[in-house]
Amino acid sequence: MKLLALDTATEACSVALSVDGEIIERFELAPRRHTELILPMAESVLAEAGLGLRDIDLFAFGAGPGSFTGLRIAAGVVQGLALGLDRPVVPVCTLETLAEGARRRGMLKGVDIVLAAIDARMSEVYWAECRPDATGRMRKRAPARVEAAASVSVAGTGPVAGVGSGWASYADALGHASAGRVGVVDADALPRAVDMLELALSAWEQGQALPAEAAQPVYVRNHVADIPPTPDLSRLSGR
Amino acid sequence: MRVLGIESSCDETGVALYDTERGLLAHALYSQVDLHALYGGVVPELASRDHVRRIAPLLREVFLQAGIDFGAVDGVAYTAGPGLMGALMVGAAVAKGLGTAWSVPSLGVHHMEAHLLAPFLEPDAPAFPFVALLVSGGHTLLVDVVGLGSYRVLGESIDDAAGEAFDKTAKLMGLGYPGGAALAQLAAEGGPGALSFPRPMLDRPGCDFSFSGLKTAALHALARARQEPSLRLADVAWAFEEAVVETLVVKSERALELAGRDRLVVAGGVGANQRLRARLRERLGARGACVHYPRIAFCTDNGAMVALVGALRLAQGERDADSGFRTRPRWSLAELQVPKGA
Ligand SMILES: Nc1ncnc2c1ncn2[C@@H]1O[C@H](COP(=O)(O)OP(=O)(O)OP(=O)(O)O)[C@@H](O)[C@H]1O
Repeated sequence: MKLLALDTATEACSVALSVDGEIIERFELAPRRHTELILPMAESVLAEAGLGLRDIDLFAFGAGPGSFTGLRIAAGVVQGLALGLDRPVVPVCTLETLAEGARRRGMLKGVDIVLAAIDARMSEVYWAECRPDATGRMRKRAPARVEAAASVSVAGTGPVAGVGSGWASYADALGHASAGRVGVVDADALPRAVDMLELALSAWEQGQALPAEAAQPVYVRNHVADIPPTPDLSRLSGR
Repeated sequence: MRVLGIESSCDETGVALYDTERGLLAHALYSQVDLHALYGGVVPELASRDHVRRIAPLLREVFLQAGIDFGAVDGVAYTAGPGLMGALMVGAAVAKGLGTAWSVPSLGVHHMEAHLLAPFLEPDAPAFPFVALLVSGGHTLLVDVVGLGSYRVLGESIDDAAGEAFDKTAKLMGLGYPGGAALAQLAAEGGPGALSFPRPMLDRPGCDFSFSGLKTAALHALARARQEPSLRLADVAWAFEEAVVETLVVKSERALELAGRDRLVVAGGVGANQRLRARLRERLGARGACVHYPRIAFCTDNGAMVALVGALRLAQGERDADSGFRTRPRWSLAELQVPKGA
Protein backbone atom coordinates (compact mmCIF):
# COMPACT_ATOMS: atom_id res chain seq x y z
CA MET A 1 0.00 0.00 0.00
CA LYS A 2 1.40 3.37 -1.06
CA LEU A 3 -0.19 6.37 0.55
CA LEU A 4 0.66 10.04 0.04
CA ALA A 5 -0.64 12.55 2.60
CA LEU A 6 -0.60 16.35 2.29
CA ASP A 7 -1.42 19.02 4.81
CA THR A 8 -1.62 22.82 4.54
CA ALA A 9 -4.24 23.48 7.22
CA THR A 10 -2.10 25.79 9.36
CA GLU A 11 1.14 27.76 8.98
CA ALA A 12 2.85 24.37 8.63
CA CYS A 13 3.19 22.68 5.26
CA SER A 14 3.88 18.96 5.22
CA VAL A 15 3.75 15.78 3.18
CA ALA A 16 4.29 12.16 4.16
CA LEU A 17 4.67 9.04 2.06
CA SER A 18 4.02 5.58 3.42
CA VAL A 19 5.23 2.67 1.31
CA ASP A 20 4.16 -0.55 3.00
CA GLY A 21 4.91 1.03 6.35
CA GLU A 22 8.17 2.75 5.37
CA ILE A 23 7.72 6.47 5.95
CA ILE A 24 9.34 9.51 4.37
CA GLU A 25 8.19 12.99 5.31
CA ARG A 26 8.78 16.71 4.78
CA PHE A 27 7.68 19.39 7.18
CA GLU A 28 8.22 23.12 7.00
CA LEU A 29 6.88 26.21 8.73
CA ALA A 30 5.81 28.16 5.68
CA PRO A 31 3.30 30.91 6.26
CA ARG A 32 1.90 32.03 2.88
CA ARG A 33 4.25 29.75 0.95
CA HIS A 34 2.13 26.60 0.84
CA THR A 35 1.32 26.92 -2.84
CA GLU A 36 4.99 27.14 -3.70
CA LEU A 37 6.01 24.20 -1.54
CA ILE A 38 3.33 21.55 -1.36
CA LEU A 39 3.72 19.81 -4.74
CA PRO A 40 7.53 20.12 -4.86
CA MET A 41 7.59 18.50 -1.39
CA ALA A 42 5.41 15.66 -2.67
CA GLU A 43 7.72 15.19 -5.64
CA SER A 44 10.73 15.17 -3.37
CA VAL A 45 9.47 12.36 -1.09
CA LEU A 46 8.53 10.33 -4.17
CA ALA A 47 11.97 10.88 -5.68
CA GLU A 48 13.60 9.78 -2.43
CA ALA A 49 11.51 6.60 -2.49
CA GLY A 50 12.31 6.03 -6.15
CA LEU A 51 8.62 6.19 -7.03
CA GLY A 52 6.42 8.15 -9.41
CA LEU A 53 2.99 9.61 -8.67
CA ARG A 54 1.42 6.81 -10.68
CA ASP A 55 2.62 4.34 -8.04
CA ILE A 56 0.46 5.96 -5.37
CA ASP A 57 -2.67 3.97 -4.42
CA LEU A 58 -4.34 6.46 -2.13
CA PHE A 59 -4.20 10.18 -1.29
CA ALA A 60 -4.96 11.76 2.08
CA PHE A 61 -5.24 15.44 2.95
CA GLY A 62 -5.77 17.60 6.00
CA ALA A 63 -9.46 18.46 5.56
CA GLY A 64 -9.83 20.79 8.53
CA PRO A 65 -10.59 22.60 10.60
CA GLY A 66 -7.88 25.16 9.90
CA SER A 67 -7.18 28.19 7.73
CA PHE A 68 -9.89 28.28 5.04
CA THR A 69 -7.45 29.07 2.26
CA GLY A 70 -5.01 26.44 3.48
CA LEU A 71 -7.71 23.77 3.53
CA ARG A 72 -8.60 24.59 -0.06
CA ILE A 73 -4.99 24.40 -1.20
CA ALA A 74 -4.62 20.82 0.04
CA ALA A 75 -8.12 19.84 -1.11
CA GLY A 76 -7.58 21.41 -4.54
CA VAL A 77 -4.17 19.87 -5.10
CA VAL A 78 -5.40 16.45 -3.97
CA GLN A 79 -8.50 16.72 -6.15
CA GLY A 80 -6.21 17.39 -9.10
CA LEU A 81 -3.84 14.53 -8.28
CA ALA A 82 -6.57 12.01 -7.52
CA LEU A 83 -8.77 12.99 -10.48
CA GLY A 84 -5.76 12.94 -12.77
CA LEU A 85 -4.66 9.48 -11.65
CA ASP A 86 -8.11 8.09 -10.85
CA ARG A 87 -7.30 7.24 -7.25
CA PRO A 88 -9.42 7.47 -4.08
CA VAL A 89 -8.91 10.05 -1.33
CA VAL A 90 -9.31 10.16 2.43
CA PRO A 91 -10.05 13.48 4.13
CA VAL A 92 -8.36 13.53 7.57
CA CYS A 93 -9.48 15.63 10.53
CA THR A 94 -6.85 18.16 11.60
CA LEU A 95 -7.77 17.77 15.27
CA GLU A 96 -7.34 13.98 15.15
CA THR A 97 -4.03 14.57 13.40
CA LEU A 98 -2.92 16.75 16.32
CA ALA A 99 -3.98 14.05 18.80
CA GLU A 100 -2.08 11.41 16.81
CA GLY A 101 0.94 13.67 16.94
CA ALA A 102 0.69 13.82 20.71
CA ARG A 103 0.62 10.01 20.79
CA ARG A 104 3.59 9.69 18.44
CA ARG A 105 5.63 12.10 20.55
CA GLY A 106 4.91 10.04 23.67
CA MET A 107 2.78 12.67 25.37
CA LEU A 108 0.03 10.22 26.21
CA LYS A 109 1.68 7.95 28.81
CA GLY A 110 -1.27 7.00 31.00
CA VAL A 111 -3.48 9.56 29.29
CA ASP A 112 -6.52 8.55 27.24
CA ILE A 113 -8.14 11.85 26.49
CA VAL A 114 -6.76 14.56 24.23
CA LEU A 115 -8.43 17.92 24.00
CA ALA A 116 -7.28 19.19 20.60
CA ALA A 117 -7.98 22.87 20.03
CA ILE A 118 -6.97 25.25 17.24
CA ASP A 119 -7.31 29.00 17.58
CA ALA A 120 -10.21 29.95 15.29
CA ARG A 121 -9.82 33.73 15.84
CA MET A 122 -12.94 35.79 16.61
CA SER A 123 -12.48 34.60 20.25
CA GLU A 124 -13.28 31.01 19.36
CA VAL A 125 -11.54 27.66 19.07
CA TYR A 126 -12.05 24.67 16.81
CA TRP A 127 -12.01 21.72 19.14
CA ALA A 128 -12.62 18.04 19.59
CA GLU A 129 -12.10 15.55 22.36
CA CYS A 130 -10.16 12.59 21.01
CA ARG A 131 -9.73 9.10 22.47
CA PRO A 132 -8.11 5.93 21.17
CA ASP A 133 -10.40 3.66 19.14
CA ALA A 134 -10.20 -0.15 19.15
CA THR A 135 -7.01 -0.03 17.09
CA GLY A 136 -5.40 2.68 19.18
CA ARG A 137 -5.91 5.56 16.72
CA MET A 138 -6.99 8.85 18.22
CA ARG A 139 -10.54 9.60 17.10
CA LYS A 140 -12.87 12.41 18.09
CA ARG A 141 -15.93 11.49 20.16
CA ALA A 142 -18.19 13.95 18.34
CA PRO A 143 -17.92 16.21 15.30
CA ALA A 144 -15.47 19.10 15.66
CA ARG A 145 -17.03 22.33 16.90
CA VAL A 146 -16.20 26.01 16.82
CA GLU A 147 -17.13 28.08 19.86
CA ALA A 148 -15.76 30.17 22.70
CA ALA A 149 -13.19 28.28 24.75
CA ALA A 150 -15.42 28.80 27.77
CA SER A 151 -18.11 26.64 26.13
CA VAL A 152 -15.80 23.65 25.66
CA SER A 153 -16.42 20.66 27.89
CA VAL A 154 -14.62 17.35 28.26
CA ALA A 155 -16.52 14.25 29.35
CA GLY A 156 -15.50 11.35 31.56
CA THR A 157 -12.79 11.12 34.19
CA GLY A 158 -9.05 10.70 34.01
CA PRO A 159 -6.21 12.92 32.92
CA VAL A 160 -6.43 15.08 29.82
CA ALA A 161 -3.65 16.14 27.45
CA GLY A 162 -3.95 19.41 25.55
CA VAL A 163 -2.64 20.03 22.02
CA GLY A 164 -2.91 22.78 19.49
CA SER A 165 -2.74 26.55 19.17
CA GLY A 166 -6.03 26.95 21.06
CA TRP A 167 -4.03 26.13 24.20
CA ALA A 168 -1.72 29.06 23.56
CA SER A 169 -4.58 31.55 23.44
CA TYR A 170 -7.07 30.04 25.89
CA ALA A 171 -5.12 27.82 28.30
CA ASP A 172 -7.20 28.86 31.31
CA ALA A 173 -10.62 28.35 29.76
CA LEU A 174 -9.60 25.04 28.21
CA GLY A 175 -8.06 23.87 31.48
CA HIS A 176 -11.30 24.76 33.20
CA ALA A 177 -13.22 22.82 30.52
CA SER A 178 -11.24 19.76 31.53
CA ALA A 179 -12.14 20.26 35.19
CA GLY A 180 -8.57 20.53 36.36
CA ARG A 181 -7.60 17.16 34.88
CA VAL A 182 -5.07 18.62 32.47
CA GLY A 183 -1.61 17.21 32.66
CA VAL A 184 0.68 17.73 29.74
CA VAL A 185 -0.01 20.47 27.20
CA ASP A 186 1.66 21.18 23.87
CA ALA A 187 0.35 24.51 22.62
CA ASP A 188 2.97 24.73 19.86
CA ALA A 189 1.90 21.50 18.20
CA LEU A 190 0.95 21.79 14.53
CA PRO A 191 -0.74 19.19 12.37
CA ARG A 192 1.76 17.12 10.43
CA ALA A 193 1.08 14.84 7.47
CA VAL A 194 3.02 11.96 9.03
CA ASP A 195 0.36 11.82 11.75
CA MET A 196 -2.38 11.43 9.16
CA LEU A 197 -1.02 8.18 7.71
CA GLU A 198 -2.47 5.69 10.18
CA LEU A 199 -5.76 7.54 10.39
CA ALA A 200 -6.05 7.45 6.60
CA LEU A 201 -5.01 3.83 6.28
CA SER A 202 -7.55 2.66 8.82
CA ALA A 203 -10.28 4.74 7.14
CA TRP A 204 -9.34 3.11 3.85
CA GLU A 205 -9.37 -0.38 5.40
CA GLN A 206 -12.88 0.36 6.64
CA GLY A 207 -14.01 1.28 3.14
CA GLN A 208 -14.19 4.99 3.88
CA ALA A 209 -12.05 6.20 0.97
CA LEU A 210 -13.90 8.58 -1.38
CA PRO A 211 -13.81 9.59 -5.04
CA ALA A 212 -11.60 12.58 -5.91
CA GLU A 213 -14.41 15.14 -6.10
CA ALA A 214 -15.24 14.38 -2.48
CA ALA A 215 -11.88 15.84 -1.43
CA GLN A 216 -13.65 18.76 0.23
CA PRO A 217 -12.61 20.93 3.15
CA VAL A 218 -14.39 20.61 6.48
CA TYR A 219 -14.52 24.25 7.56
CA VAL A 220 -16.58 23.72 10.76
CA ARG A 221 -17.21 27.47 10.80
CA ASN A 222 -19.95 27.63 8.23
CA HIS A 223 -21.43 31.04 8.79
CA VAL A 224 -19.14 33.48 7.01
CA ALA A 225 -21.41 36.31 5.83
CA ASP A 226 -24.74 37.85 6.72
CA ILE A 227 -27.46 38.22 4.15
CA PRO A 228 -28.51 41.89 4.20
CA PRO A 229 -32.17 42.85 4.36
CA THR A 230 -33.58 43.47 0.88
CA PRO A 231 -33.61 47.13 -0.19
CA ASP A 232 -36.84 49.00 0.40
CA LEU A 233 -38.36 49.71 -2.99
CA SER A 234 -41.57 51.26 -1.71
CA ARG A 235 -40.05 54.70 -1.41
CA LEU A 236 -39.30 54.81 -5.10
CA SER A 237 -42.25 55.85 -7.19
CA GLY A 238 -42.93 56.59 -10.81
CA ARG A 239 -42.30 53.22 -12.36
CA MET B 1 -1.47 21.13 -28.94
CA ARG B 2 -4.45 20.40 -26.74
CA VAL B 3 -4.83 22.38 -23.50
CA LEU B 4 -7.17 22.28 -20.54
CA GLY B 5 -8.04 25.73 -19.16
CA ILE B 6 -9.41 26.58 -15.71
CA GLU B 7 -10.85 29.95 -14.68
CA SER B 8 -11.76 30.75 -11.06
CA SER B 9 -10.73 34.37 -10.52
CA CYS B 10 -14.06 35.68 -9.24
CA ASP B 11 -17.58 34.25 -9.15
CA GLU B 12 -17.54 31.98 -12.19
CA THR B 13 -15.98 28.53 -12.40
CA GLY B 14 -15.05 27.88 -16.03
CA VAL B 15 -13.34 24.87 -17.59
CA ALA B 16 -12.55 24.29 -21.28
CA LEU B 17 -10.48 22.33 -23.78
CA TYR B 18 -8.75 24.14 -26.63
CA ASP B 19 -6.74 22.65 -29.48
CA THR B 20 -4.34 24.85 -31.43
CA GLU B 21 -5.28 22.96 -34.63
CA ARG B 22 -8.97 22.30 -34.10
CA GLY B 23 -9.98 25.28 -31.98
CA LEU B 24 -12.33 25.10 -29.01
CA LEU B 25 -13.31 21.51 -28.24
CA ALA B 26 -15.56 22.00 -25.20
CA HIS B 27 -16.36 24.43 -22.45
CA ALA B 28 -18.43 24.38 -19.27
CA LEU B 29 -19.28 27.05 -16.74
CA TYR B 30 -20.86 27.33 -13.35
CA SER B 31 -21.92 30.84 -12.39
CA GLN B 32 -22.32 31.77 -8.74
CA VAL B 33 -24.28 34.90 -9.57
CA ASP B 34 -27.43 33.73 -7.76
CA LEU B 35 -25.47 32.90 -4.63
CA HIS B 36 -23.85 36.34 -4.35
CA ALA B 37 -27.04 38.15 -5.39
CA LEU B 38 -28.43 37.30 -1.94
CA TYR B 39 -25.57 39.21 -0.36
CA GLY B 40 -25.67 42.21 -2.68
CA GLY B 41 -22.13 41.59 -3.90
CA VAL B 42 -19.47 38.92 -4.26
CA VAL B 43 -18.49 37.42 -0.89
CA PRO B 44 -14.92 36.20 -1.49
CA GLU B 45 -14.97 33.35 1.04
CA LEU B 46 -18.23 31.98 -0.34
CA ALA B 47 -16.87 32.27 -3.88
CA SER B 48 -13.81 30.20 -2.94
CA ARG B 49 -15.96 27.60 -1.20
CA ASP B 50 -18.10 27.22 -4.27
CA HIS B 51 -15.17 26.92 -6.69
CA VAL B 52 -13.75 23.95 -4.81
CA ARG B 53 -17.15 22.21 -5.00
CA ARG B 54 -17.89 22.91 -8.67
CA ILE B 55 -14.60 22.39 -10.40
CA ALA B 56 -14.31 18.58 -10.51
CA PRO B 57 -17.73 17.94 -12.11
CA LEU B 58 -16.96 20.62 -14.74
CA LEU B 59 -13.66 18.91 -15.51
CA ARG B 60 -15.36 15.59 -16.15
CA GLU B 61 -18.00 17.35 -18.23
CA VAL B 62 -15.62 18.99 -20.73
CA PHE B 63 -13.83 15.74 -21.54
CA LEU B 64 -17.17 14.01 -22.06
CA GLN B 65 -18.38 16.89 -24.25
CA ALA B 66 -15.22 16.77 -26.34
CA GLY B 67 -15.42 13.00 -26.59
CA ILE B 68 -11.80 12.49 -25.59
CA ASP B 69 -10.25 10.41 -22.82
CA PHE B 70 -10.03 12.10 -19.46
CA GLY B 71 -6.54 13.57 -19.26
CA ALA B 72 -5.68 13.38 -22.97
CA VAL B 73 -4.12 16.86 -23.05
CA ASP B 74 -0.65 18.30 -23.65
CA GLY B 75 -0.88 21.06 -21.07
CA VAL B 76 -2.93 22.71 -18.33
CA ALA B 77 -3.58 26.45 -18.04
CA TYR B 78 -5.19 28.29 -15.14
CA THR B 79 -5.92 31.90 -14.26
CA ALA B 80 -3.12 33.02 -11.94
CA GLY B 81 -4.44 36.59 -11.60
CA PRO B 82 -5.64 39.24 -11.29
CA GLY B 83 -8.65 38.37 -9.15
CA LEU B 84 -9.70 37.24 -5.70
CA MET B 85 -6.77 35.52 -3.98
CA GLY B 86 -8.74 32.65 -2.42
CA ALA B 87 -10.73 32.03 -5.58
CA LEU B 88 -7.62 32.03 -7.80
CA MET B 89 -5.94 29.52 -5.50
CA VAL B 90 -8.63 26.90 -6.01
CA GLY B 91 -8.31 26.80 -9.78
CA ALA B 92 -4.53 26.96 -9.57
CA ALA B 93 -4.33 24.14 -7.00
CA VAL B 94 -6.52 21.78 -9.01
CA ALA B 95 -4.73 22.68 -12.26
CA LYS B 96 -1.28 22.07 -10.77
CA GLY B 97 -2.45 18.79 -9.24
CA LEU B 98 -3.74 17.66 -12.63
CA GLY B 99 -0.67 18.83 -14.55
CA THR B 100 1.61 17.03 -12.09
CA ALA B 101 -0.53 13.87 -12.21
CA TRP B 102 -0.52 13.84 -16.00
CA SER B 103 3.15 14.91 -16.29
CA VAL B 104 2.30 17.73 -18.69
CA PRO B 105 3.45 21.36 -18.50
CA SER B 106 1.21 23.90 -16.84
CA LEU B 107 1.00 27.67 -17.03
CA GLY B 108 -0.61 30.42 -14.97
CA VAL B 109 -2.22 32.95 -17.31
CA HIS B 110 -3.35 36.55 -16.97
CA HIS B 111 -7.13 36.96 -16.74
CA MET B 112 -7.21 40.20 -18.69
CA GLU B 113 -4.99 38.86 -21.45
CA ALA B 114 -7.49 36.03 -21.75
CA HIS B 115 -10.32 38.57 -22.13
CA LEU B 116 -8.31 40.51 -24.74
CA LEU B 117 -7.76 37.40 -26.86
CA ALA B 118 -11.24 35.89 -26.41
CA PRO B 119 -12.28 37.06 -29.93
CA PHE B 120 -9.90 34.43 -31.30
CA LEU B 121 -12.35 31.82 -30.06
CA GLU B 122 -14.69 32.91 -32.84
CA PRO B 123 -14.54 31.92 -36.50
CA ASP B 124 -14.58 35.57 -37.64
CA ALA B 125 -11.63 36.48 -35.43
CA PRO B 126 -10.01 39.84 -36.06
CA ALA B 127 -6.37 40.02 -37.10
CA PHE B 128 -3.69 41.69 -34.98
CA PRO B 129 -3.30 44.57 -34.35
CA PHE B 130 -6.48 45.97 -32.82
CA VAL B 131 -7.70 48.09 -29.96
CA ALA B 132 -9.60 46.26 -27.22
CA LEU B 133 -12.24 47.88 -25.04
CA LEU B 134 -12.55 45.75 -21.94
CA VAL B 135 -15.61 46.64 -19.93
CA SER B 136 -16.56 44.33 -17.08
CA GLY B 137 -17.62 44.39 -13.46
CA GLY B 138 -14.03 44.76 -12.35
CA HIS B 139 -12.28 46.50 -15.24
CA THR B 140 -12.54 49.29 -17.77
CA LEU B 141 -9.56 49.32 -20.10
CA LEU B 142 -8.57 50.43 -23.56
CA VAL B 143 -5.61 48.44 -24.81
CA ASP B 144 -3.62 48.51 -28.02
CA VAL B 145 -3.17 44.83 -28.81
CA VAL B 146 -0.17 44.53 -31.12
CA GLY B 147 0.23 40.76 -30.86
CA LEU B 148 0.36 37.93 -28.32
CA GLY B 149 1.96 39.39 -25.19
CA SER B 150 2.36 42.85 -26.65
CA TYR B 151 -0.11 45.20 -25.02
CA ARG B 152 -0.12 48.92 -24.47
CA VAL B 153 -2.72 50.20 -22.01
CA LEU B 154 -4.12 53.38 -23.55
CA GLY B 155 -6.55 54.17 -20.80
CA GLU B 156 -8.30 52.76 -17.75
CA SER B 157 -10.74 53.72 -15.07
CA ILE B 158 -9.25 55.74 -12.26
CA ASP B 159 -12.07 54.60 -9.94
CA ASP B 160 -15.15 52.40 -10.54
CA ALA B 161 -15.32 50.03 -13.50
CA ALA B 162 -18.16 50.60 -15.98
CA GLY B 163 -19.94 47.41 -14.87
CA GLU B 164 -19.47 48.39 -11.26
CA ALA B 165 -21.11 51.75 -11.99
CA PHE B 166 -24.03 49.92 -13.62
CA ASP B 167 -24.32 47.59 -10.64
CA LYS B 168 -24.08 50.30 -7.99
CA THR B 169 -26.68 52.44 -9.70
CA ALA B 170 -28.92 49.41 -10.22
CA LYS B 171 -28.64 48.68 -6.50
CA LEU B 172 -29.65 52.26 -5.66
CA MET B 173 -32.68 51.75 -7.87
CA GLY B 174 -33.61 48.54 -6.11
CA LEU B 175 -32.86 46.36 -9.12
CA GLY B 176 -30.90 43.72 -7.22
CA TYR B 177 -27.32 42.56 -7.78
CA PRO B 178 -25.67 42.44 -10.24
CA GLY B 179 -28.26 44.70 -11.80
CA GLY B 180 -26.43 46.02 -14.88
CA ALA B 181 -28.57 44.07 -17.32
CA ALA B 182 -31.79 44.93 -15.44
CA LEU B 183 -30.86 48.60 -15.50
CA ALA B 184 -30.26 48.42 -19.26
CA GLN B 185 -33.64 46.76 -19.68
CA LEU B 186 -35.35 49.51 -17.71
CA ALA B 187 -33.47 52.16 -19.70
CA ALA B 188 -34.95 50.77 -22.91
CA GLU B 189 -38.35 51.97 -21.66
CA GLY B 190 -37.06 55.44 -20.89
CA GLY B 191 -35.97 58.34 -22.99
CA PRO B 192 -34.20 61.68 -23.00
CA GLY B 193 -35.89 64.26 -20.88
CA ALA B 194 -35.17 66.66 -18.13
CA LEU B 195 -32.18 64.69 -16.86
CA SER B 196 -28.59 64.90 -17.85
CA PHE B 197 -25.78 62.99 -16.19
CA PRO B 198 -22.21 64.28 -16.26
CA ARG B 199 -19.89 62.83 -18.90
CA PRO B 200 -16.94 62.10 -16.68
CA MET B 201 -13.54 63.07 -18.08
CA LEU B 202 -14.78 63.65 -21.61
CA ASP B 203 -13.39 67.14 -21.42
CA ARG B 204 -9.96 65.82 -20.55
CA PRO B 205 -7.51 64.49 -23.10
CA GLY B 206 -6.47 60.84 -23.07
CA CYS B 207 -8.38 57.64 -22.66
CA ASP B 208 -8.82 57.33 -18.90
CA PHE B 209 -12.27 56.88 -17.40
CA SER B 210 -13.95 57.87 -14.16
CA PHE B 211 -17.36 56.49 -13.30
CA SER B 212 -17.71 56.97 -9.56
CA GLY B 213 -19.34 60.38 -9.98
CA LEU B 214 -22.26 58.81 -11.82
CA LYS B 215 -23.38 57.09 -8.64
CA THR B 216 -23.77 60.47 -6.91
CA ALA B 217 -25.59 61.85 -9.94
CA ALA B 218 -27.90 58.84 -9.83
CA LEU B 219 -28.61 59.45 -6.14
CA HIS B 220 -29.64 63.04 -6.89
CA ALA B 221 -31.74 61.99 -9.84
CA LEU B 222 -33.51 59.37 -7.74
CA ALA B 223 -34.20 61.93 -5.03
CA ARG B 224 -35.73 64.17 -7.69
CA ALA B 225 -37.78 61.31 -9.07
CA ARG B 226 -39.31 60.86 -5.66
CA GLN B 227 -40.50 64.49 -5.67
CA GLU B 228 -41.53 64.77 -9.32
CA PRO B 229 -43.97 62.07 -10.37
CA SER B 230 -43.40 62.97 -14.04
CA LEU B 231 -39.80 61.85 -13.83
CA ARG B 232 -39.87 58.10 -14.37
CA LEU B 233 -37.29 55.66 -13.05
CA ALA B 234 -36.87 54.48 -16.64
CA ASP B 235 -35.76 58.00 -17.61
CA VAL B 236 -33.17 57.99 -14.85
CA ALA B 237 -31.88 54.65 -16.14
CA TRP B 238 -31.85 55.99 -19.70
CA ALA B 239 -29.83 59.05 -18.74
CA PHE B 240 -27.37 57.02 -16.72
CA GLU B 241 -26.84 54.52 -19.51
CA GLU B 242 -26.47 57.30 -22.04
CA ALA B 243 -23.68 58.88 -20.00
CA VAL B 244 -21.75 55.61 -19.69
CA VAL B 245 -22.23 54.60 -23.32
CA GLU B 246 -21.28 57.98 -24.74
CA THR B 247 -18.16 58.08 -22.58
CA LEU B 248 -17.10 54.59 -23.67
CA VAL B 249 -17.69 55.41 -27.33
CA VAL B 250 -15.81 58.71 -27.32
CA LYS B 251 -12.83 57.19 -25.53
CA SER B 252 -12.82 54.21 -27.90
CA GLU B 253 -12.72 56.57 -30.88
CA ARG B 254 -9.85 58.41 -29.30
CA ALA B 255 -7.98 55.18 -28.61
CA LEU B 256 -8.33 54.01 -32.22
CA GLU B 257 -6.98 57.32 -33.39
CA LEU B 258 -4.13 57.36 -30.91
CA ALA B 259 -3.01 53.85 -31.82
CA GLY B 260 -3.72 54.26 -35.53
CA ARG B 261 -5.97 51.16 -35.69
CA ASP B 262 -9.20 50.49 -37.53
CA ARG B 263 -10.42 47.47 -35.54
CA LEU B 264 -12.05 47.56 -32.12
CA VAL B 265 -12.69 44.43 -30.07
CA VAL B 266 -15.17 44.71 -27.21
CA ALA B 267 -15.00 42.25 -24.32
CA GLY B 268 -16.40 42.03 -20.80
CA GLY B 269 -19.96 41.77 -19.50
CA VAL B 270 -20.89 45.38 -20.32
CA GLY B 271 -20.15 44.51 -23.96
CA ALA B 272 -23.59 42.86 -23.90
CA ASN B 273 -25.17 46.32 -23.66
CA GLN B 274 -27.31 46.91 -26.74
CA ARG B 275 -27.06 50.68 -26.77
CA LEU B 276 -23.28 50.48 -26.57
CA ARG B 277 -23.27 48.06 -29.49
CA ALA B 278 -25.58 50.18 -31.62
CA ARG B 279 -23.66 53.37 -30.89
CA LEU B 280 -20.28 51.80 -31.66
CA ARG B 281 -21.56 50.35 -34.92
CA GLU B 282 -22.89 53.74 -35.98
CA ARG B 283 -19.92 55.84 -34.94
CA LEU B 284 -17.09 53.52 -35.90
CA GLY B 285 -18.86 52.60 -39.12
CA ALA B 286 -18.89 56.28 -40.00
CA ARG B 287 -15.12 56.36 -39.74
CA GLY B 288 -14.53 53.11 -41.62
CA ALA B 289 -13.54 51.09 -38.56
CA CYS B 290 -15.07 47.75 -37.58
CA VAL B 291 -16.13 46.29 -34.25
CA HIS B 292 -15.77 42.66 -33.12
CA TYR B 293 -17.50 40.98 -30.21
CA PRO B 294 -16.88 37.53 -28.91
CA ARG B 295 -20.21 35.76 -28.22
CA ILE B 296 -21.69 36.89 -24.90
CA ALA B 297 -20.63 33.69 -23.13
CA PHE B 298 -17.01 34.57 -23.93
CA CYS B 299 -17.42 38.28 -23.10
CA THR B 300 -17.93 37.38 -19.45
CA ASP B 301 -15.60 35.18 -17.43
CA ASN B 302 -15.11 31.71 -18.93
CA GLY B 303 -12.65 28.84 -19.15
CA ALA B 304 -12.40 28.90 -22.95
CA MET B 305 -10.36 32.11 -23.06
CA VAL B 306 -7.97 30.70 -20.44
CA ALA B 307 -7.49 27.48 -22.40
CA LEU B 308 -6.88 29.59 -25.52
CA VAL B 309 -4.22 31.86 -24.02
CA GLY B 310 -2.65 28.88 -22.26
CA ALA B 311 -2.49 26.97 -25.54
CA LEU B 312 -0.97 29.92 -27.45
CA ARG B 313 1.71 30.42 -24.82
CA LEU B 314 2.40 26.77 -24.01
CA ALA B 315 2.78 26.13 -27.74
CA GLN B 316 5.61 28.70 -27.71
CA GLY B 317 7.34 26.70 -25.00
CA GLU B 318 6.33 28.91 -22.10
CA ARG B 319 5.53 27.08 -18.84
CA ASP B 320 5.59 27.35 -15.06
CA ALA B 321 9.07 26.75 -13.69
CA ASP B 322 7.97 23.88 -11.44
CA SER B 323 4.98 22.34 -9.68
CA GLY B 324 4.91 25.16 -7.14
CA PHE B 325 2.45 27.92 -7.94
CA ARG B 326 1.89 31.59 -7.19
CA THR B 327 -1.34 33.51 -7.62
CA ARG B 328 -1.30 37.25 -8.26
CA PRO B 329 -4.43 39.10 -7.13
CA ARG B 330 -2.90 42.29 -8.58
CA TRP B 331 -1.06 41.91 -11.83
CA SER B 332 -0.67 44.62 -14.44
CA LEU B 333 -1.15 43.77 -18.12
CA ALA B 334 1.89 45.89 -18.84
CA GLU B 335 4.10 43.27 -17.15
CA LEU B 336 3.24 40.65 -19.75
CA GLN B 337 5.77 39.75 -22.39
CA VAL B 338 5.88 38.23 -25.81
CA PRO B 339 6.70 34.52 -25.38
CA LYS B 340 10.38 33.78 -26.06
CA GLY B 341 9.63 31.33 -28.86
CA ALA B 342 7.44 33.77 -30.81
N1 LIG C 1 -26.73 44.70 -20.79
C1 LIG C 1 -25.85 45.17 -19.91
N2 LIG C 1 -25.63 46.49 -19.79
C2 LIG C 1 -24.73 46.97 -18.90
N3 LIG C 1 -24.00 46.21 -18.09
C3 LIG C 1 -24.18 44.88 -18.17
C4 LIG C 1 -25.10 44.29 -19.06
N4 LIG C 1 -25.04 42.94 -18.91
C5 LIG C 1 -24.11 42.70 -17.96
N5 LIG C 1 -23.59 43.86 -17.49
C6 LIG C 1 -22.57 44.04 -16.45
O1 LIG C 1 -21.40 43.30 -16.77
C7 LIG C 1 -20.70 42.95 -15.57
C8 LIG C 1 -20.33 41.48 -15.56
O2 LIG C 1 -19.35 41.28 -16.52
P1 LIG C 1 -18.14 40.25 -16.35
O3 LIG C 1 -18.69 38.94 -15.97
O4 LIG C 1 -17.33 40.38 -17.58
O5 LIG C 1 -17.36 40.95 -15.20
P2 LIG C 1 -16.80 40.47 -13.80
O6 LIG C 1 -16.64 39.03 -13.76
O7 LIG C 1 -17.66 41.11 -12.78
O8 LIG C 1 -15.43 41.23 -13.79
P3 LIG C 1 -13.94 40.87 -14.24
O9 LIG C 1 -13.97 40.07 -15.51
O10 LIG C 1 -13.37 42.21 -14.44
O11 LIG C 1 -13.36 40.14 -13.08
C9 LIG C 1 -21.64 43.29 -14.42
O12 LIG C 1 -21.19 44.49 -13.86
C10 LIG C 1 -22.99 43.46 -15.13
O13 LIG C 1 -23.88 44.31 -14.45
